[in-house]
Amino acid sequence: MFRTLLRRPSLLIGLIVIALVLAGALFAPLIAPYQPDAQMFDGLSLEGAPLPPSHQFPLGTDTLGRDLFSRLLYGARTSLLIGLVANGIAVLIGLLIGTIAGYFSGLVGGTLMRFTDLMMAFPALLLAIVLAALLHPSLWIVALVIALVNWAQVARIVYTETRSLAERDFILAERAMGAGHLRILVLHILPHLVPTAIVWGTLGIATTVLLEATLSFLGIGVQPPEPSWGNIVFESQSYFQQAPWLVFFPGAAILMTALAFNLVGDALRDITDPTQRGRG
Amino acid sequence: MLALLAKRLVQSALILLGVAAITFVLLYALPADPAVLLAGRSATAQTVANIRHQLGLDQPLLVQFWHYLGNLLQGDLGRSFTQKTDVAPLILARLPATLTLMAAGIAMELVIGVSLGILAALRRGGLVDRLVMSLSFVGVSTPQFLVALLLLYVFAATLGWFPMSGYGTAAHIVLPAATLGILGAGWYARIVRSSMIDVLNQDYVRTARAKGLSRRRIVLRHALPNAILPAIAMIGIDIGQFMSGVVVVEAVYGWPGIGQLAWQAIQQVDIPIIMGVTLVSAAAIVIGNLVADLTAPLIDPRIRAG
Repeated sequence: MFRTLLRRPSLLIGLIVIALVLAGALFAPLIAPYQPDAQMFDGLSLEGAPLPPSHQFPLGTDTLGRDLFSRLLYGARTSLLIGLVANGIAVLIGLLIGTIAGYFSGLVGGTLMRFTDLMMAFPALLLAIVLAALLHPSLWIVALVIALVNWAQVARIVYTETRSLAERDFILAERAMGAGHLRILVLHILPHLVPTAIVWGTLGIATTVLLEATLSFLGIGVQPPEPSWGNIVFESQSYFQQAPWLVFFPGAAILMTALAFNLVGDALRDITDPTQRGRG
Repeated sequence: MLALLAKRLVQSALILLGVAAITFVLLYALPADPAVLLAGRSATAQTVANIRHQLGLDQPLLVQFWHYLGNLLQGDLGRSFTQKTDVAPLILARLPATLTLMAAGIAMELVIGVSLGILAALRRGGLVDRLVMSLSFVGVSTPQFLVALLLLYVFAATLGWFPMSGYGTAAHIVLPAATLGILGAGWYARIVRSSMIDVLNQDYVRTARAKGLSRRRIVLRHALPNAILPAIAMIGIDIGQFMSGVVVVEAVYGWPGIGQLAWQAIQQVDIPIIMGVTLVSAAAIVIGNLVADLTAPLIDPRIRAG
């Protein structure tokens, strides 16, 4: 286990970053020096401009005199929550549709997969924009929208794997012994899909965190004053020439988190699929 | 070849029909009532009912869908809520700006991606190689708006090399195109690198080397045309990514394309415009995939034979 970690520095770095972000999100009330929505009198300069990073405010303050570091910590909660929930739902939908379509090939499978292809023809961000504009955005709606946009890719991959599993001899033997469809799907096919689900469960969080940030940046994601990394940039983008730290730090947080999940997901894919090892 | 063409055309038409069905369902089945939105908050029940009748919203759903499809086929995407004009001419007027930006972005992505990919493949395990492999991950992990704002901050606000925003001269397109191209370039480099390594190990390349051809000629004339195929196929698939990226990039740089149109429509909840842009983008993606499928055999005779 440790040897695997040491042989892959990218996996180690990714895990450390994820652990840091997770700790920051979980213990935000303990770590944060200020309340995330406290508009402080000494958080603005005499002219009313946000303050650059200093001893008092480690990452500076925003246009309303709120401490950026505290807001980033609470924003990590939003990002991770949406990342886990939205991507969890997407993976579940993908698993459900992918296994059913792959196992019952023919009319059912064909229809489901055409529908999946259809969803993949939509530009993800635009579909999310339409849904978010129609349903009034809140944290859970944003998570749901992202899930509805992201499940198709998982479904495609699960479908391909289920197709090849369903034709293997051990499934045939199982059926010959009289096992029902549900038993075969749950006890014999699903366990083989666990590695895929874990890999996409990890890689998908990166996509989700980015999509949430972009939606919030466009003003249709998580709504202020609830802090999210995306809406912190959204709130301060018109001010970014005078206060570049307001764009730089949240941007760095998004990048580091997405990168960490991508690195770990990619390493997991290599580990769970030895045929791909050393390629690409 | 003709049979393949016909089959792919029918498939594409079916996907477009499905796309239209989904946009229709979104437009009419979700809680937001278009008649109420159009009438405004202070309208009386009678006004809302009149508008509903005008729009044909009081007819059965299937009848409405039939009309909607008929309108789409005639190029009618409905009327904007806020601008009191038809959506189709609005989108059409802004399409050239977006297509220019996308072409520039794709060109930049390919130039950076292919050259980095070749360098990485030639010096496998070297500095460029390791750089490409890590950059490809950073590229897919970076939000586009961050790159857009950083480029704007460094090259426009601080150095003043390029204009902050706008449209018209060649200088205006550099930063938006770079934003679209830079992030994806790492991934293209990765694709070109691995296909280049495959190709360089093939017999015909060894033959070319045995003939005494220069390394430069082998790589550029003999290996590259084969190695670049997966990257070209990737562009067709990537059109969706570009369409999504265009919204952010045009919003940040004030580029007057359909992305900016959609962004402005978001602020005003002008649903017909958002729908129209989504439909046009989905059509672009379907066409992109179709073109990618159909050009592959033109570039590579082996696919044509098989």
